[in-house]
Amino acid sequence: MRWYWIDRFVEFESGRRAKAIKVISLAEEHLHDHFPGYPVMPNTLIIEGVAQTGGLLVCEYGQFAEKVVLAKISKATFFGDAVAGDVLIYTTDVDYIKKDGAMVTGTVHREGELFAEMELVFAHLSTGHEDRTLFEPVTFLKMMRMLGAFEIGHAADGGPLIEPAHLLES
Amino acid sequence: MATQEEVFDKIRTALIDALGVDEDEVTPEATLVGDLGAESIDFLDIVFRLEKAFKINIPRGELFPEDILTNSEYIQDGKMTEPGVAELRKRMPFADLTDFAENPVVQDFGNLLTVADMCRFVESKLQNAG
Repeated sequence: MRWYWIDRFVEFESGRRAKAIKVISLAEEHLHDHFPGYPVMPNTLIIEGVAQTGGLLVCEYGQFAEKVVLAKISKATFFGDAVAGDVLIYTTDVDYIKKDGAMVTGTVHREGELFAEMELVFAHLSTGHEDRTLFEPVTFLKMMRMLGAFEIGHAADGGPLIEPAHLLES
Repeated sequence: MATQEEVFDKIRTALIDALGVDEDEVTPEATLVGDLGAESIDFLDIVFRLEKAFKINIPRGELFPEDILTNSEYIQDGKMTEPGVAELRKRMPFADLTDFAENPVVQDFGNLLTVADMCRFVESKLQNAG
């Protein structure tokens, strides 16, 4: 299993908003392990998906130069169970972003209805972690391409989202 | 310029949202760590919320000078040395360090900062900005 908890970006506005979809399938093993006999998608993995949506948004804002980590889930509220066949829409909006990290509001919708809402804090690992690499640059490039971010994304000036030159070189 | 009451209200909102505490728990005397249960990562969250609410910039280490607290030059047998305490006073004029200075166990420092200290800190930032 790969640690991808979103399937595709459907909106990506640099530094502002990203929206991704997650389609839930009975083929996913985790559904069967959470409550045996009652296959549901664990809420923690939905949070992970929202964090990946928002995390890549924060990473892109810093041109993938910062080591962005999910530091805190300030709050998360769920209004139901996600089951096989559901299509979840993860929307993440940047509330605040600076060189130390970002605050992101995330919502999850299912069939047009609010399914979950959360607040996430991302931190940039800096002091004491200069020599550590969380992801190789090429990993980011592959991930963003696979999720379709450059196909549908927009830069801050409204133009198309461009693949960063330093990632292309790597 | 925000009044003291406005500053307190905004700080209280930031702490309620960041720490999930109840409104009546956020009193001026409440300590962030001991009474409100703040953990180290919460300080980043709180700083972001204060910056956003008051439109100020709080450089890392200004509200909570972790660099001093982890500097071996200022620590001896788990306690801050006199120069260390002096440095803390210089960096944290908004905090009352009297009790801490009497027995400056580094581990106890985290439980020092109160909501009132935070209000003084923000007020001084606003004054300098204004």
